[in-house]
Formats: sequence, structure tokens, C-alpha cells
Amino acid sequence: MSGVVIIGAGHAGVQLAASLREAGYGSDIRLLSGDPDFPYHKPPLSKSFMATKEAALQPLRGEAFFAQNNIELSLGLDVDRIDRASKTVVCADGEAIAYDKLIIATGTSARKITMPGADLPQVFALRTASDARAMRDALPAMKSVVVIGGGFIGLEAAAMLSARGVQVDVIEVAPRLLGRATSESVAQAVADHLIKTGVRLHLNQSVETIAAQDGAVCSVQLGDTFLPADHVLVGVGAVPMDQLAKDAGLSTENGVVVDDHMATDDPDIFAIGDCVSFPQIHLERQVRLESVQNATDQARALALTLTGSPTRYTALPWFWSDIGALKLQIAGLSDAPDQLIETFDKDGALKSVYHLKHGKLIVCETLNSAGEHMLSRRMIADGFTPDIDLLVDGDARAMKLAYQDAVKG
Amino acid sequence: MTKLVFIEPTGNRHEITATDGQSVMQAATAQGVVGIDAECGGSCMCATCHCLVIDAPNSLPEMQSDEADTLEFTAEDMKENSRLTCQVTVTPELDGIVFQVIGR
Repeated sequence: MSGVVIIGAGHAGVQLAASLREAGYGSDIRLLSGDPDFPYHKPPLSKSFMATKEAALQPLRGEAFFAQNNIELSLGLDVDRIDRASKTVVCADGEAIAYDKLIIATGTSARKITMPGADLPQVFALRTASDARAMRDALPAMKSVVVIGGGFIGLEAAAMLSARGVQVDVIEVAPRLLGRATSESVAQAVADHLIKTGVRLHLNQSVETIAAQDGAVCSVQLGDTFLPADHVLVGVGAVPMDQLAKDAGLSTENGVVVDDHMATDDPDIFAIGDCVSFPQIHLERQVRLESVQNATDQARALALTLTGSPTRYTALPWFWSDIGALKLQIAGLSDAPDQLIETFDKDGALKSVYHLKHGKLIVCETLNSAGEHMLSRRMIADGFTPDIDLLVDGDARAMKLAYQDAVKG
Repeated sequence: MTKLVFIEPTGNRHEITATDGQSVMQAATAQGVVGIDAECGGSCMCATCHCLVIDAPNSLPEMQSDEADTLEFTAEDMKENSRLTCQVTVTPELDGIVFQVIGR
């Protein structure tokens, strides 16, 4: 076998296989997935997948797609090591697979906590389909759940659980939710929304132990207080799965280090998605991003590079999170803005936050305002900043007219 | 089962049969319709499932504000017959409908 071997069949790996075929790549494509489930969308795991016991995973592409495009998919097959000298990957079952080009798209794993009680059976993470299935099986027994970590996954799950009538306590070590991922105003709006739906937030607090009675979680200790809980969800971030690369002698630092063409130190090995640290064009520094957009756009760029059109990865980052009825969308990457402009809907609820730096629009965060988000993606990518009074008004139609005029001019 | 037809970006005509109750996007991605990446998985977020309704046996249910807003401000300009197929549910009334894939 030769051709392209892709390790990991998440959003990045599957998009790469698809984009390679769309670009006319004619040699073999082999996708190796350690995950036993047919490749699936990750974001619904904390939401629609939890809605009913019967909900199926949402496939990234159907089986017909892999067959039609002659993409050989191996599920539940772990890779043990990469042998760069012989240009082969060695799988856990002993199979050695040769490659012309190897792509590492291994993603992340859930960061683990180490406190007493962390390995009790009622303590869940939410990263893979099997994590989600385990949590879904336990849903009927959940009366009170402690969520450790006030990040996106924890908050999406908190909203979902609360809507099912579960008492939810979210514990966050920082003084605010969502870390540096959003502005303070947006984090506050998310907090207000969660509180309104009955979620209790405990900021500036950390869990010391998860206490058990008869082998089952009964409470979570915060300083001197004990919060009653029958289950715990841990959402304290993710770590890049870069061990294979490290073992193969490739540079790693908070992920597999690649250049702006997704190339590692080895000219025949590339890496894409949540597991890579890459030079981000807008921030002009090396970063690692965890998002569907980052995974799929890096895959598209790499597919062009691998089919004879070297392409830098320059796409504007965008992101979304559905937290109950609140749709949070972010266009661009926050980078020490010197001016924030907030807009509100007719009921006075925060609708958008525009971030400016040296007078230039760099980020737009929206809450249930999809039009402003879509437009901002185009404006920021094209380097267009509407007049301040247009931003203050937050009227997407007026901004679109100004943008179209500028683009035409 | 409902028959859906897609005209892919290459001009290829791709006919599929879809299960009622799923979204048109889900049916299309499951069966390998070219040009529909659907990277957000149906969150009405990425507009990569954008299609034009070229021929419909019955009129489609009206779109919600999320879909209308997303379409109105997407790079591929919205047409009168634009839809985000992740927001269209397959029903027997759709049988024989023809979509032109816009994608991204």
C-alpha cells in the first residue's frame, strides 16, 4: 500500500479524505481510527445525542460516501508507532502500513482530574461517543449533577441536564465562565442565562474531593461545604494526542508543531486539527485551536497542498456553542482588543460584542444573532471595519450595505 | 421513503431515497451527495448545506429566523429559492424535489 495514510477519523481526517478526492487525488487513501464508532459529528454528543435513548450518532459522511470515493476506513484500530525510516505506521494488531504521505489527525483527549473519587463509576467525561453513551445510559438516574469546569462542553451539558429537570451545580476555579474564550460580557450573559434556567454557578471555587457512599458518588467537597451529587461531569479541557509524533521524534509543544502548510519537520508527515500547534495568521504566533472550523479548513488547505497546489492555511477562525436556547457564535480570534462595542436586542439582552484593535474589527461575538455572525465572518476576513456608529447600532443590514459598497469600490 | 434529487456542482444529477423525519442535509451527506460538507452538523451555522430549490412538488414549510438570517448574510448570496437543507425535514410532500447544490 502507498498513497495517503490518515491517523484519526474525526472532523479533520474525514474532511481531508473528502477534499483529496474532490481535488482529484487518485492514489490510495487509508483512514485509521482508534475510535470503534463510525466517524461522527462531535458537537451533538452533549445535545441532540442526549435527547433520546435511541438517538443515533450523526455520521460525518455515510457509508456510501467512503465506498464511492474508495476511501479505506479501519475502525477501532490503534496505531502503535510511526517508523519514519521505512515510511510505515505500525498498528496495535501488528499490521504495518506503508505511506507516501502520512497525516496525523489524532485530536485531543479529555484532560483528567486526579482528586480522590475521580475514578468512581458515576464520574463522566464527554469527549467521544462512548463517553456520551455512558453518560446517556446514566441520565435516568441523575437527580443532581456537579459539573466540574465552566467551559463550553460543561456548560452545554449543564443546560441540557437542567432542561431535563436535573439539579446542576457548575464549579469553576476562575472568577468567570469560559476562560479567555469570550469577552466578560458574553461570559456574564451566558451565566445569567444558565442561572435563569436553574443552574447554580460556583465561581472561584475548586473541588477537593468527590465523596462516595457504598461505592457511588454522594457529594462533592468545596472547601468546607459539601454539594450533594449523584453524578459528576468533568469538563476541564483537552490535551492534544501528540504522543505518536513525539515518539517518532517530531517536534511537539502543546500539540504537533507544523508550519503554515501543516507540515511537520518530516517532509512526508503532516498534521491537522485539534492536535496541532500552527502559526496562526491573524495572531502571528503559534496556537492550538479546538474547533470544527479549524479541523475542516486545515484539511481543505492540506488537500490542495497534497495535490500539487501548495496552500497556506489562512482561514478566519469561527466557533459556535449551543448552550440551551442560547446560540453563541464567535467570528475571529480574540487578541487583546483595545475597544469593545456591545449591542442589544429590543428587549435589552446582549446581542453582539465587536472587538476592535487599533481601529480594526478583529472579532465579533453574537448571542442568538446568526446574521451578524455570518456577515462578520466576511467583514473580518476581508479586513473591512464598518464605521463605529454602524457597529454601535448593530444593524446587520446597514453593515452589509456598507461592506458591499466597500468591496465593490 | 422519499425521493430527493440533487444537481451537484459538477452538474451531475444524484438521486437518493431518504427516510422521512431526517433532515435533507443528513440524507444527502449520508449518501455522498457532492458539495454538501455540512460541517456544523445541522446547527444552522456554517451554510455549507446551502441549496436552491429548483423544482418542488409542494411548497416547503417556511424558514425560521435562524435560517433566514444565516442565509441573508452568507457569502453565496441568498436567492428567493435558497434553503439550508439542514433545516428542511424530509416528508412525503417532498417526493421528487430537485435541489441545486451551492455548498460553500
